Amino acid sequence: MMSDVIQVAELTKHYPAGRGAAPVRAVDGIEFAVREGEVFGFLGPNGAGKTTTIRMLTGLTRPTAGRARVLGFDLATDVTRIKKRIGVAPETSNLYDELSACDNLVFAMQLYGVPRRERKTRAEELLARFRLGEKRDTSFAKLSRGMKRALTVAAALAHRPPLLFLDEPTTGLDVMSARSLRGMIADLRDEGVTVFLTTHYLEEAERLCDRIAIIVNGRIVALDTVDGLKARVQKRAVVEAVLADDSGGVETVRFESDDISVAVQAVLAQAAADSRRVLSVNTLQPTLEDVFVHLTGLGAEAMLAEKGGKGGAHAGG
Amino acid sequence: MLADDLRGMWYIAMKDLRAYYFKPPNISWGIMFPFAFVLAFAIRNPGELRQLVPGLLALTILFGTSSMEAIVIVFERRIGSLERLLLAPVRLPALLAGKLLGGMTFGLTVTAVVLLVALAVFGAGSVNWPLLALALLLAAAAFSALGAFVSVAVREVFEAQTLANFVRFPMMFLGGIFVPLSSMPPALQVVARALPLTYAVETLRAALDGRALPTTALDLGALAAFTAALFWLAVRALARRTA
Repeated sequence: MMSDVIQVAELTKHYPAGRGAAPVRAVDGIEFAVREGEVFGFLGPNGAGKTTTIRMLTGLTRPTAGRARVLGFDLATDVTRIKKRIGVAPETSNLYDELSACDNLVFAMQLYGVPRRERKTRAEELLARFRLGEKRDTSFAKLSRGMKRALTVAAALAHRPPLLFLDEPTTGLDVMSARSLRGMIADLRDEGVTVFLTTHYLEEAERLCDRIAIIVNGRIVALDTVDGLKARVQKRAVVEAVLADDSGGVETVRFESDDISVAVQAVLAQAAADSRRVLSVNTLQPTLEDVFVHLTGLGAEAMLAEKGGKGGAHAGG
Repeated sequence: MLADDLRGMWYIAMKDLRAYYFKPPNISWGIMFPFAFVLAFAIRNPGELRQLVPGLLALTILFGTSSMEAIVIVFERRIGSLERLLLAPVRLPALLAGKLLGGMTFGLTVTAVVLLVALAVFGAGSVNWPLLALALLLAAAAFSALGAFVSVAVREVFEAQTLANFVRFPMMFLGGIFVPLSSMPPALQVVARALPLTYAVETLRAALDGRALPTTALDLGALAAFTAALFWLAVRALARRTA
């Protein structure tokens, strides 16, 4: 049976505001659990509390209130033990410009106590895996943005953590680099690594995540599987069919019903009655964007617009 | 956890030395600046050059440790790489101790070069070597802690340089390098007693003259106290900045 690697209860972070103003509630009493081996998506617009939540769970900032256990350790009392067992790739690619790709990975391993005899082998293995083998001696400053991102994720994996936090991993990457990185995240899940992923790219979350929590204004408004979230929005089955008659005329028809089999039968009955051929039948599912708009009242484009300056890797991949 | 702290401290220092300290401009600045300053003074005031050696060593260790130390932490905080160290299983005092160790190692290395030159010119005479080693070590620790405190007290790199110079330059003139404390007005003597450089110059002079004065233990104690106080303030300031 899968166990929970992260358990969060009433986790809260308030930041002091200016004189006379009320404190800013960055995260406001959130509760969730992350299961072992899953890719858990943390989705929300900019400023919703995603990064603050990651910063609390990784020991970078202290919660104002609430409790959390990470890999069985209490965040309040065992933060150093937690840090030793997790990998974190922050939103900014923040390795050392002055060190080479290989030396950055070796330094990451030194900090986490990877034995000396394993460091070179592990570094070469990670460089090969992230297609950076030819850049092993290139300084971090001279790598492309996509390579820097990949190396930052590689550094987070250097000590083989069972739990990986990825904060906006594909933000600012070109389509190919983003696609490559998403493939690597999927591979990690296949290897049993639990991934806590924050993103504002709905398509990316839909593709990668087993379960998704949607956070808005510091509060979780929904938590479910992708299908479960969609089911909340879609109450009726929608079937869309393309029908063709003998003269070559083509028409797209749509049927809605509480029962999908009734909708499909209606399509076939319509085609038979009109003596038309069925060219295609599709069941229409709501997208995660529909779910997001429904649950938050925000447009997905508004979410992307907030991040607009950071590039656009959401397309393709 | 202590093993994690010690390991982290060591590798943070090694990384800093490699990434920042042992770079040609930093090495040449660390060695040339004190020589240039002391020689300029000697040309203006020709006299017993040997008397300037303790001050030369003190200046070398002050600038060797604090110049880079004062900007390393604020620089890493600005570009985000300090976060890598904060995420590692290394507690804050160990992280800062690693930073101090890097600054101390570089400062002691350039001071060793300057000391060798001074010994080659003036001879070893009756140097009290254990006292000299202890004085250099404690001075390096105190000035490195000063650099670390400056670095965590500011938000921008240029502010760190300004603040470091705001502290270092008055110390140069009030620390007994060029003018003995006894020749200063009483008010300035009080100010000089609040500066770590004063104690570094006094212990280095005692060590190079080969005689430990009754006040030498107090001087060493003062350097240790400055180190502890500045380190504690730096840890507190960094904890507050990263909370």
